[in-house]
Amino acid sequence: MSAGERTRSLRRAAVTLLAAAAAYEAIARSGVFPPALLPTLPAVARALVTTVLDGTMLNHAFHTLYRVLAGFALAITVALPLGILMARFRAVENFFLPLASALMPIPSLAWVPVFILWFGLGDIVAILIVFYAATFPMLLNTWSGVRAVNPLWLRAAGAMGADERALFWKVMIPGAFPFIITGVRQAFLRSWIAVVGAEMIAASNWGLGWVIFDAKEFLNADVMLASLVVIGAIGFVFERLVFGSLERATVLRWGMVRAAKG
Amino acid sequence: MYDAVPASAPASAELAPSTAGEPVWRTVARTAFPFIVVGAVWETVARLGVFPPRLFPSLEVVASAFIRLTANGILPHHALDTVIRLLAGFGLAAAAGMAIGIAMGRSRRAEDVFLPLVSIGAPIPGIAYAPLFLLWFGLGNVSAVLLVGFVSAFPVIFNTWTGVKAVKEIWLRSAQAMGADDRALFRHVILPGALPYILTGLRLGLAQAWRILVGVEMLAAVPWGLGWLIFGAREFLNTDVMLAGVAVIGIIGLALEKLVFQRLERFTVVRWGMMT
Repeated sequence: MSAGERTRSLRRAAVTLLAAAAAYEAIARSGVFPPALLPTLPAVARALVTTVLDGTMLNHAFHTLYRVLAGFALAITVALPLGILMARFRAVENFFLPLASALMPIPSLAWVPVFILWFGLGDIVAILIVFYAATFPMLLNTWSGVRAVNPLWLRAAGAMGADERALFWKVMIPGAFPFIITGVRQAFLRSWIAVVGAEMIAASNWGLGWVIFDAKEFLNADVMLASLVVIGAIGFVFERLVFGSLERATVLRWGMVRAAKG
Repeated sequence: MYDAVPASAPASAELAPSTAGEPVWRTVARTAFPFIVVGAVWETVARLGVFPPRLFPSLEVVASAFIRLTANGILPHHALDTVIRLLAGFGLAAAAGMAIGIAMGRSRRAEDVFLPLVSIGAPIPGIAYAPLFLLWFGLGNVSAVLLVGFVSAFPVIFNTWTGVKAVKEIWLRSAQAMGADDRALFRHVILPGALPYILTGLRLGLAQAWRILVGVEMLAAVPWGLGWLIFGAREFLNTDVMLAGVAVIGIIGLALEKLVFQRLERFTVVRWGMMT
């Protein structure tokens, strides 16, 4: 894309967004729909600023982040070693692969009511739901990544005198890393969906999912839209900044994948 | 919220067992073994009475709930409604998503208009829109179907767009040189060329629709549906009914993947030799 085309694309994108915002604002102000259901953009911005300034939004975001990161970390600690073991040992694969294939098609949110009964309302349900949602993408990607390591690399390293440990750390893990990063990304996307859904269904007192759902009761569409903005922003930060830079620092730098387009 | 197919990044895992040339009974036994172990552990814990049997029913109780509800038609009715809702929402998403994606791939103007809108909507997890849709369209089917359609449209749009852009310039030019008009070009070159990506998009869209539909059914208070069955059973501590519902959800999910998509893929792109 040439520089001229890029500026034209940027200008058109800005025009589109402004036009969409103007259309929304016009509909909201026309009074066709009640303002409680369709708040104007300044009202949404005001709700966002107020809740951020008085700290409630930050508190909600903090609770949600705590749940999602706890569940996500738990999933990685379990799924990463298990995926490697599955790829290395036939017996482990034979045992866990059928179980994973049977559990994977069940959406994590289906377990929420069951987990509420078992563990009561609260953080544990959300963390376990996130764990369930994040485990399978992590597990399957690690497994196929380790299996996909080029056997030639292993033999070459072996011929150059690498022992088991060096082989594992210097060849197998870096070789599987593109898959592992894909797994981490997919796992985070699913965790992010799962935590919001779990917070809505297993209503606790704090959390971005809960605040959206609770705002429905009081017809606070402005608070709902403000929380949507926060949810989208956090998701975007993780996807682009955290995992994007992780990818740049590892597999892109090692030249194992090309930069993804778009 | 989307997974486009990067040119050289690893594709998602194929669940192919790494053994071949084994007698069938051994494969069956090997696959059944872990379930038997887990079932036995479950049964032992349930019978020991560590947890109240209402909350942790034995497999026998779950199976009998499953059979009872299937025989009197309640479970099939719930399942049917869920599947209809899924297909309606996904049908909307597939039609709208492919249309938008193809437009974005073919025209610079459409790309500039739609890309910013889609990029803003996509990173928000679909379920977060649920209360908003409930507020706007009321409790019930309309909200559930629209939400499922809205959420599963994103992967379809992104992948169709990528696929149409990935059609090789040289194929287009050679078809044109051989006298293909716009319609023939679209039907015989662009569509088949983009199909592997479009299928990936549809597959991801359906998976995403399936993942949130159950949650949406819990929130939207629809009269029938597996999500609602599970959620409603919690009030009466009917853990057996809940687990039977979860089992049906698993079966439907597995059937979607195995029967619909793997077959579709085999009949189209694999047969044309575009993917193996």
